[in-house]
Amino acid sequence: MIRLLSGNEALALGAYHAGVRVATAYPGTPSSEVLESIARFKDIYAEWSTNEKVATEVALGAAYAGVRSMVSMKQVGLNVASDPFMAASITGINAGMVVICAGDPGIHSSQNEQDNRYYAKFAKIPMLEPSDSQEAYDFMAYAFDISEGFDTPVMVYTTTRISHSKSVVKVDRERTVPAKQRGFQYDVSKYVMLPVFARLRHAFIEERLVRLAAHSETFPLNRVIWGRHHLGIVTSGVAYQYAREVFPGASFLKLAMTYPLPEKLISDFAARVDRLIVIEELEPFLQEHIQAMGIKVSGKEFIPRVGELNPDIVEEACRSAGLPVQASPQQEKAETAAELPRRPPLLCPGCPHTGIFFVLNTIGQRSRPQKGNAPRESSLVITGDIGCYTLATYPPLSAMDTTACMGASIGQALGMEKAGVGKKVVAVIGDSTFMHSGITPLVDAVYNEGHITVVILDNGTTAMTGHQDHPGTGISAQGKETTKVELEGIVRGTGVKDVRVIDAFDMKALRAGVRSVLDSPELSVIIVRGTCSVRLPARSAPRAIDTEKCNLCGVCLRLGCSAIQKEDERLFIDAALCTGDACTICEQLCPRQAIAPQSMTMNEDTE
Amino acid sequence: MKKLDLLITGVGGQGNILASDIISQAAIYSGYDVKKTDTLGMAQRGGSVLSNVRIARQVYSPLIKAGEVDILLAFEKLEAARWSHYLRNGGIAIVNNQSLPPMAVSLGNEQYPGDDRVTSILKQQTDRIYFVEGIQRARETGNIRTLNIFMLGCVSPFLPFRVSTWKDSIAERLPPNLQKINITAFNRGRKEIQGVHL
Repeated sequence: MIRLLSGNEALALGAYHAGVRVATAYPGTPSSEVLESIARFKDIYAEWSTNEKVATEVALGAAYAGVRSMVSMKQVGLNVASDPFMAASITGINAGMVVICAGDPGIHSSQNEQDNRYYAKFAKIPMLEPSDSQEAYDFMAYAFDISEGFDTPVMVYTTTRISHSKSVVKVDRERTVPAKQRGFQYDVSKYVMLPVFARLRHAFIEERLVRLAAHSETFPLNRVIWGRHHLGIVTSGVAYQYAREVFPGASFLKLAMTYPLPEKLISDFAARVDRLIVIEELEPFLQEHIQAMGIKVSGKEFIPRVGELNPDIVEEACRSAGLPVQASPQQEKAETAAELPRRPPLLCPGCPHTGIFFVLNTIGQRSRPQKGNAPRESSLVITGDIGCYTLATYPPLSAMDTTACMGASIGQALGMEKAGVGKKVVAVIGDSTFMHSGITPLVDAVYNEGHITVVILDNGTTAMTGHQDHPGTGISAQGKETTKVELEGIVRGTGVKDVRVIDAFDMKALRAGVRSVLDSPELSVIIVRGTCSVRLPARSAPRAIDTEKCNLCGVCLRLGCSAIQKEDERLFIDAALCTGDACTICEQLCPRQAIAPQSMTMNEDTE
Repeated sequence: MKKLDLLITGVGGQGNILASDIISQAAIYSGYDVKKTDTLGMAQRGGSVLSNVRIARQVYSPLIKAGEVDILLAFEKLEAARWSHYLRNGGIAIVNNQSLPPMAVSLGNEQYPGDDRVTSILKQQTDRIYFVEGIQRARETGNIRTLNIFMLGCVSPFLPFRVSTWKDSIAERLPPNLQKINITAFNRGRKEIQGVHL
């Protein structure tokens, strides 16, 4: 059967056909769709875990218990999961376990551009790198076989471009599950990493790596494609596709298994070409290894380390290095594009985060100064976190000072206070992010007597990554109603005494709540609760601006709501975007009462 | 056909991604290799959205080189101008005659380019520019959200797929209750483009 699948869908289908029984993940762009796809198969167990560390531990437990398991995460997720990831390497597995890790060259939706291939080397586990959806599907079966054949977890490394591109997949397998599952067997020397056993297992890892390297020499997915011998290109992943495009006549060593590397295969290939280069995204992972073998090779001298590659970048870089690329068809005229107004992502119209950020902006005096006015010093420091609400960094809300990694807002706020920053510090964190890694720093703040305010933005979903459920929603990854974990209960349980829940669309209550906690010396938590506008069941009564009453003061524009627009010195609300009764915060703000449901205003052409 | 590279541009929420899925599906039904890649994630929240669709006997890179796009299908005028340098000389631009001003324009910090400017930017690459009244036609069809399928109708005469293949691909990607209205939008777009003069 021929199907059009994204890389993530193909990985999920490949794993399903390879007999995976337990799949876990925490959502993160670009890996989220792996679990979403596999969770649709009801004959396996799939879960959204609270974070990547837990997800990896659940998958590892399942592999110990004798069923094939997999865990998927984005590149920075593996930072969170690195502890059990290293543990999985040393204990090994019982049934196969695959760790899917999706990098984000180009930083489409991440906080850094780390190259996770080094994690495979660090943990001394094998790694496979598909270069399109067909390979994503095919490689999963090999990954599980290697895992079981060598008693090791296997990493499958993709990138945003592989995970999110769709291409043709020939689906030629059906699901096969090993008939006899090997159940969990008592073996403390393998599963209990007391020093006495861990020392023995370290020796095992080294010996395993030698066997894996030998296996990679004959691994059928590592391919040599002979063209002319003047140029040999070692490459992997999506960079292979760009290299094929730019050098249609060259010879290629296309590596599928990029750790450990097949040294003999590489040496033989190098010996038969006049010039050897490596084309790879981000770090010189392959190049360093080949150089260390004593082979003359270049790559990162001209291929950028920073950012995502594409055929244009590869071509231009190779031309600058004197390589034989074809003449460029025409000069780019990108300068016109650079002058056009940009269109950065925004909080959606009706977003439950808008009101609280507007309040933090105004109370904290954080607006960018208008032309001609002296800048005011802001009276609040706001430490931020990872989610849609990070977009409140942009004007006009300008309500975020820091964003580092998942859960960092609370610890950073405490650190700022203990350093004597001199202003009240507010940490802002989403509900899913709080579940992921906000609880332990809150415990820390209680224990160490911080006076910070923590605002938990509870929109009842993991919105940024595509609206996945989490413990606070009480719905499982497979759509089952499950035990709902209450935010208020967790917060009170840590020992916080001042806990308030405020409606995200009640501007008066938000303002009063924020003012009151800022005046109080207590550690406080405000849960701001409101449904994510993308998930509203219905929209009603879009608002409109009565141009008779409007004096163009522009207060509503300072919400940064994209439904409120200005054209030819006239403000209007795009009725197709406004969420109406579900929101109303612009109506609450308007000093001239010029905003009302569309049917109640004078002017008709409000679209 | 040696190869066909399409770039579909627009603003998050206009339905570009479904449109590029349907084109890709039609390419598969017509026996071609296809790769497509969209902007997702953070770029989705009302930001610029871009889909590369590449159709050939064999496709390597999912990303198209600048200056090699055969057809630019733009759901919004500013987004047409923004990506125009990807068009090859003499390529085809089909542009929905709609402006969605970005926040910076509403806040008065930047200016939305006028129609003359959009046209002159596109003209640097090609004279084959078609402006279509997508929003008006979609509204006439009865649902403004059929814009993306109307745009597919507009591009359809330039692609080597049978009309029945287009309709099968649309049917496969849409729930039954939305199929009739979207087929109407598709037919409308196909008719519309034949009446537009350069």
